Amino acid sequence: MSKAITFSKVTQSFERRGQTSIQALDDLSFEIGAREFVSVLGPSGCGKSTLLQLLSGLLMPSHGTISVNDQKVTGPRDDVGIVFQKPTLLPWFDVVGNVTFPIRHKGLSVTSEIQDRAQELLELVGLKEFSARRVDELSGGMQQRVSIARALLLDPDILLMDEPFSALDALTRDEMSFELLRIWSAKKKTVLFITHSIPEALLLSDRIIVMTPRPGRVMEEINCPFQRPRSQETLGDPRFAELSNHIRGSLLKDNANQPQ
Amino acid sequence: MTLSKQLFALTERFGALISLSLVLLLWEVGVSLFNIPTYVLPPPSDVFAAATGIAFGQWFSHSAATLKVVLAGFFAATCVSIPLAVAISSSRMASSLIMPVLIAIKATPVVAVAPIIIVVLGTGDMPRVLITFLIAFFPIVVSATTGLALAPPELISLSKSLKASGWRELWDIRLPYAVPHIFSGLKVASTLVVTGAVVGEFVAAERGLGYLVLFSTSNFDVATAFVCLGLLVGFSLLLFSCVGTVQARLFPWSLPKDATG
Ligand SMILES: Nc1ncnc2c1ncn2[C@@H]1O[C@H](COP(=O)(O)OP(=O)(O)O)[C@@H](O)[C@H]1O
Ligand SMILES: [Mg+2]
Repeated sequence: MSKAITFSKVTQSFERRGQTSIQALDDLSFEIGAREFVSVLGPSGCGKSTLLQLLSGLLMPSHGTISVNDQKVTGPRDDVGIVFQKPTLLPWFDVVGNVTFPIRHKGLSVTSEIQDRAQELLELVGLKEFSARRVDELSGGMQQRVSIARALLLDPDILLMDEPFSALDALTRDEMSFELLRIWSAKKKTVLFITHSIPEALLLSDRIIVMTPRPGRVMEEINCPFQRPRSQETLGDPRFAELSNHIRGSLLKDNANQPQ
Repeated sequence: MTLSKQLFALTERFGALISLSLVLLLWEVGVSLFNIPTYVLPPPSDVFAAATGIAFGQWFSHSAATLKVVLAGFFAATCVSIPLAVAISSSRMASSLIMPVLIAIKATPVVAVAPIIIVVLGTGDMPRVLITFLIAFFPIVVSATTGLALAPPELISLSKSLKASGWRELWDIRLPYAVPHIFSGLKVASTLVVTGAVVGEFVAAERGLGYLVLFSTSNFDVATAFVCLGLLVGFSLLLFSCVGTVQARLFPWSLPKDATG
């Protein structure tokens, strides 16, 4: 299997004025295969967002290398799409205007082909009838769907998602997880999904990278053995509870070892 | 609906009208009750008489002279302040270079500088426009600078990840996010520019409502001064509501949701 994403011995520290520097990531190495769905799971502050910034070329690592499709990451690239924790839509555009925003923002013109593509993506995320709506008329879950469509506009190979559902209420969150699985089965992308929710990671992923905080390191990698397509029944699988307990146990144990 | 509820509804609807009429009535009655001489406080009836005592053409020409300075000063303040705010928010260095100068200008009492400005710039509208500008520009700079820093960091990341230029980031993201703040700065400035134009006319002018206030009070014609005052208040309110209308028409999304209905 070809590698979509490679982190090799990546260390990231932040210099702070007049204080000791913060080491956010320490000697981080992992690989993600093409069209794999991998979650990065860890408590907040363990460097998950830093990892995503490095991968999207917004930040250069202090040490080590990051590669996407076997090319070293030296800056932002078009084959990586990002979905953030908050939808961060632009209230002065309607829904479809937000989906086509990346094209305009790059200084390109929105051709009819792009318009069609935006409509197609809105249909994919279940918002076909909402394309002319103002974004502040949409619920939080719907807004996040728009931002997923926006991230897919340039047809990236890789989709990076930074705790995309953590600002949603619990019910919407579950609904969005299944929606994401459906979208992913339609557009097979490599997905790096950042979360601090164990069930979310287990339900969605092929593989979970569990991280420890301060500095962020890979604690363990876990394969999710559940068959696809996944459904409500996956949650009832006895191995689901088993793995969930296992991960929770190791995160708690690690937390107990941390100097406070 | 009961009678008292109807009364309440009416009072709410015509609140401004009712309270203003009440003030005028008290004023009229009070002046005649306490025998206040009209060169101290003329009753509203005298003020109305003064308004019609001067030809409409005269009122028009004085109003036009003041409005010209008001609008030119407002335009100048807007055109200078927004680019200045963009410069200030572009980098910490630019901010530390520009801000102290602005604060020093703001700390200078413009009324005290006005005679100097008149001496340096001579006659014509220029000195009055400059005085107006100096009184009105600061709130626009401050609120626009605040607004330009408000774009969510995720959107800035998105912009960088799309390799967009700094100008596009400014135009597509930062400026629109600053619109509500720019307009609240413009609203504050819209009332200050009238003050500025009057200050300018107090120092040097041959026409205008501020000039007329000075001229008429020096002849103990307080009633005419009150008419000027009324007009100045009216222009202030008009300009203020124009700014609000422009915002509602051009940037309806920038208003709080319940205000747009
Ligand atoms: N730009 C930065 N400057 C200084 N410290 C930072 C910066 N970004 C992140 N950090 C620090 O790095 C650590 C990891 O942060 P982050 O990647 O946001 O964690 P997570 O997303 O897992 O919550 C935190 O301790 C945070 O304070
Ligand atoms: Mg984070």
